[in-house]
Amino acid sequence: MKRSSVWAWITIIVGAAYFFLPLIATLEFSLRMRRGEYSLDAYRIVFGDERFQATFGYSVMIAIFTIILGVLIVVPTAYWIRLRMPWIRPVVEFITLLPLIIPAIVIVFGYIRMYGSNSPLPFLGSARGTDLLLTIGYATLALPYMYRAVDTGLRTIDVRTLTEAAQILGAGWTTIIARIILPNVLIAVLSGAFLTFAIVIGEFTMASLLNRPAFGPYLQNIGANRAYEPAALAVIAFAITWGCMSVIQVLSRFAPKSANRPN
Amino acid sequence: MAEPFLSIQGVKKSFGPTTVVQDFNLDVGSGEFVSFLGPSGCGKTTVLRMVAGFEEPSAGSIHIGGRDITRLKPNQRNVGMVFQAYALFPNLTVAQNVAFGLKVAGVSKADSDRRVAEMLDLIKLPQFGDRYPYQLSGGQQQRVALARALAPKPKVLLLDEPLSALDAKVRVSLRDEIRSIQRELGITTIFVTHDQEEALSISDRIVVMYGGKAEQVGTPFEIYNRPQTRFVANFVGTLNLLEGTVTDASTGAVQVEAQDITLPHKLNGAQTGEAVSLALRPEAITLGPRPENDAVLRGEIAEVHFLGSVIRVRVGVGRSVVSLDTFNNSATPPPTVGQKIEISFSSNDLLVLH
Repeated sequence: MKRSSVWAWITIIVGAAYFFLPLIATLEFSLRMRRGEYSLDAYRIVFGDERFQATFGYSVMIAIFTIILGVLIVVPTAYWIRLRMPWIRPVVEFITLLPLIIPAIVIVFGYIRMYGSNSPLPFLGSARGTDLLLTIGYATLALPYMYRAVDTGLRTIDVRTLTEAAQILGAGWTTIIARIILPNVLIAVLSGAFLTFAIVIGEFTMASLLNRPAFGPYLQNIGANRAYEPAALAVIAFAITWGCMSVIQVLSRFAPKSANRPN
Repeated sequence: MAEPFLSIQGVKKSFGPTTVVQDFNLDVGSGEFVSFLGPSGCGKTTVLRMVAGFEEPSAGSIHIGGRDITRLKPNQRNVGMVFQAYALFPNLTVAQNVAFGLKVAGVSKADSDRRVAEMLDLIKLPQFGDRYPYQLSGGQQQRVALARALAPKPKVLLLDEPLSALDAKVRVSLRDEIRSIQRELGITTIFVTHDQEEALSISDRIVVMYGGKAEQVGTPFEIYNRPQTRFVANFVGTLNLLEGTVTDASTGAVQVEAQDITLPHKLNGAQTGEAVSLALRPEAITLGPRPENDAVLRGEIAEVHFLGSVIRVRVGVGRSVVSLDTFNNSATPPPTVGQKIEISFSSNDLLVLH
């Protein structure tokens, strides 16, 4: 074996150990609720908990609305920038990166000040209004991932020529986006959607400070008061995230293949 | 020409301070096949895109069938277009691609299916309806693109270098197919190309463009044999240029490489003492004097290229080199390099460029 390949294997083993050891330890610990033997008791308790079902269901609903909002905002924006305003792309990319720089707590305090019950837009005055604000906040948090996923998808197709081909055949903007652009970047959009889903499911700060019954605050609450269930929940959360990533991988096989394009 | 079907009048297009098309005028008759020929950046595609509606003219007007379409959006013009990059929708099958324009126009499913079948028959791909674009070769994709453009029965068909991305053999066969389909449907067509052979072989008329202007508009025969400008003469076909000086305009005497020839009625208004360029196609020059040729120059064989049916000979005449093609004759061996010879031509085949 070559010397360089030995070092490559050592690096891979160290890296894998760094990532997998804590996970294996968490999984092992989550199975030790029954003294002296492995069991799924912790998981049974978690899945049987009404609060788990309610908070998980709530977060799934909010995630779905966040994905819809994100797609409605990002797809036309990214499309228009690629088609007509390519010079503005660096600016938009910077803006979409802001949620990674500005902590969620800053955003949520801004919301509380801006949209309190005494403000002209009293989103926080009702539960539905707060849900709407939470959805908007999550769409903002997911913006860096959704924008990049869609933009990468758009890069794989000849946006301008396809648009012109559809236009000359009589199509308007709605038809072009709905029937030509969106289907061709659907896998990219789904990638963004699953990343958004993973973010929303585990988000704590916004949901907690806006006092909504989401899965993130529930995880925190269980973690603070129980021993084995938090480990089980952590494993479940990882399983959901990995499940989402696996779905992205599977779906990417069904992406419309680009025709041979001349260079 | 009868009443023009497509009329482009005084069209100009500027991008910022750069003018890419200036004072462009063209009338195209119904069912006519007109090619825009020119080098890259000459403005031919920009004119086509203005007809399609993708670019708005800075000045001038465009009419189709007597209707002013200058400010209409592309989806309101009823114009078909085939792109260099095929531009088939990757998510749709061949049949769905062809049916796209019909569906947008609200044509019923039965009528649409009938028209799609008709179009696929026309492009000789009737069994390919269920395939996706990536499953087709480049030539097949471009035929599908043609069928898609023709399906909604457009008034004008625009072809933007549709053959450029194809290999040579497919290019020739598809070129002939396009022309035959165009004749069959009688659709007014604009074809953009930088390939002179393509333009010469399939067009009713050619517009040679240079620097955003139409240098010359004419039939392929006129463009090739009667180029009106130095650019057209140089760009279309191979051309020999011999520099000379008019020694006596009244008799048509011209001195070329220290040899005197007489070109009665061919001086194109040049005055005595004026420098002129004599332009000659290779096929207009023969080795040795001929009774039908009235001009003879002495030279020396510089190069001989045996190309099978044709022999290309390069002859040094003074400091100039002249190319000429002769047919291979098995009874006569080709000339040898260094051989002193005479070349002759008819002054009728000569163009005098100022």
